[in-house]
Amino acid sequence: MLAIYKKELRSYFTTPLGYVFAAVFLAVSGAVFGVFTVQARTSDVSTFCRMMILGYLVLLPLLTMRSFSEEKRLRTDQLIMTSPVSVTGVVMAKFLSALTVFAGCTLLTCLYYIPLSKYGNTNVPRAFGCLVAMLLVGMCFIAVGIFISTLTESQVAAAVGTMATLLVFVMISFFNGRINSYPVRRALSWLSVYSRFTNFTYGIFDFAALLYYLSVAAVFLFLAVRFVEKRRWA
Amino acid sequence: MIEVESIIKNYGSVVALDDVSFTVNEGEIVGFLGPNGAGKTTMMNIITGYLSSTSGTAKVCGIDVLEHPDEAKKKIGFLPEQPPLYNEMKVKEYLGFVYELKNCSLNRKEHLKEVMQVTKIYDVKDRVIGNLSKGYRQRVGIAQALVGNPPVIIFDEPTVGLDPKQIIEIRNLIRNLGKGHTVILSTHILSEVQSVCDRILIINEGKLIADEETRNLARVVEENRRFRAQICGPRREVENALRSVDGVVRADATGEKDGEAFTYILESSKGVDLRKPLFYMLAKNNWPLLGLEPVGMDLEDVFVKIMDEDEKRRAPAKRRGR
Repeated sequence: MLAIYKKELRSYFTTPLGYVFAAVFLAVSGAVFGVFTVQARTSDVSTFCRMMILGYLVLLPLLTMRSFSEEKRLRTDQLIMTSPVSVTGVVMAKFLSALTVFAGCTLLTCLYYIPLSKYGNTNVPRAFGCLVAMLLVGMCFIAVGIFISTLTESQVAAAVGTMATLLVFVMISFFNGRINSYPVRRALSWLSVYSRFTNFTYGIFDFAALLYYLSVAAVFLFLAVRFVEKRRWA
Repeated sequence: MIEVESIIKNYGSVVALDDVSFTVNEGEIVGFLGPNGAGKTTMMNIITGYLSSTSGTAKVCGIDVLEHPDEAKKKIGFLPEQPPLYNEMKVKEYLGFVYELKNCSLNRKEHLKEVMQVTKIYDVKDRVIGNLSKGYRQRVGIAQALVGNPPVIIFDEPTVGLDPKQIIEIRNLIRNLGKGHTVILSTHILSEVQSVCDRILIINEGKLIADEETRNLARVVEENRRFRAQICGPRREVENALRSVDGVVRADATGEKDGEAFTYILESSKGVDLRKPLFYMLAKNNWPLLGLEPVGMDLEDVFVKIMDEDEKRRAPAKRRGR
């Protein structure tokens, strides 16, 4: 598993993908921070956090689109699946390597808080809460992306499919309030990845939300494992 | 070493393998032979644990591939039809990755060096795989299968797309591997099996139709002794004269002509040595004999013959089925 993790991480940075991702990610986050925090003359980063999570819709599929689809297309999955590693190990290694690149970029955006705290009053718990929220939502999105990349051989299909799925998740949060039927609203709220983190942005460590995000990620990783295994039985 | 027992594999309603059983002993080189789409690749994928069978068991070194996949996979080095290479990696990096992936515990540096030397890729160890030629890529694929010194090595069409010199090299390599490993290779090239393998398994439409030692197989099917002869002289008359020699069953000109000499194929009945009477007859008629060579039935013929017999055997059964 460690071997695959290392290989994945290295391949992000021996191909342009890792650099392109980091560059676009940091450019977007810089622009968002500039517009919604600096120009808005506020030290509150919750808007930055919300906007960034919307940005993840487009950004994170780029990180995960390749993971299984490319192995399948190049037939390198034959090497991995005939090696003494478990499928769970492979899925986790790919998940963790994407998470590492994403978390690294997100942690880099923490640099923005330094000038912010110098010229304004930063509420540290709230800023920290926003960081945790971004990491948790990003983690879920990556898990979804990994799952969808197991379904296809085409990177483009994986990326577009992931974007569409994530968009549905976010839309549910936006339109959920307009549904009259309480049970439906209640059921859909379980899928509303985009609203669960609100408490974090208030500086409250919401343990239930943490569990929620961890379980959503776990469900999609579990599905990814099942789909990779299913291919053997085709 | 490898025991395959009544493996059946269905893809939906298509039967890819139909009740295939065989064993491969330690140190044997076994060739898997069959036309395209016969089920060779499926069989290899099942032994290596990449696919699972619909029913039946495959054991490697006594370990069931389905029940203890990790243990079984440690015993196998596998070169799939398309070598599983990461184009952005350097050769050395790639083999290092495979080494870690297989969880090997050998002297890493020495072992990888040895593998690269055996497969003759040491010179390109610092090059990026994506820039290598087809022959080198294939060899990196073979090197990958050798990493960790697994007792069983499985090659799926190892010489496809190589030039003749490379093919000879790879065959020599495989023959040498047979000294310390058990090797299975699949191919649809008969001369390959003939030159490399101790035993040959012929598979057609998912069924195992022959399991023989390479030498025996050619002998079993060979019923008559055949010669190719080049003789100067008028074609018709020579043909007739040849037919009148005692023991000749068949004598036909092939139509090949070399100067004034025509080529004839002669067939003698069992246990008759044609060569002496042939010589005296030709000398008497003053027709110089320029060449005489025995024609063994090669595997090509054997293969076609076995397939025909198999089809004939199955045809009445089919009719009965209807």
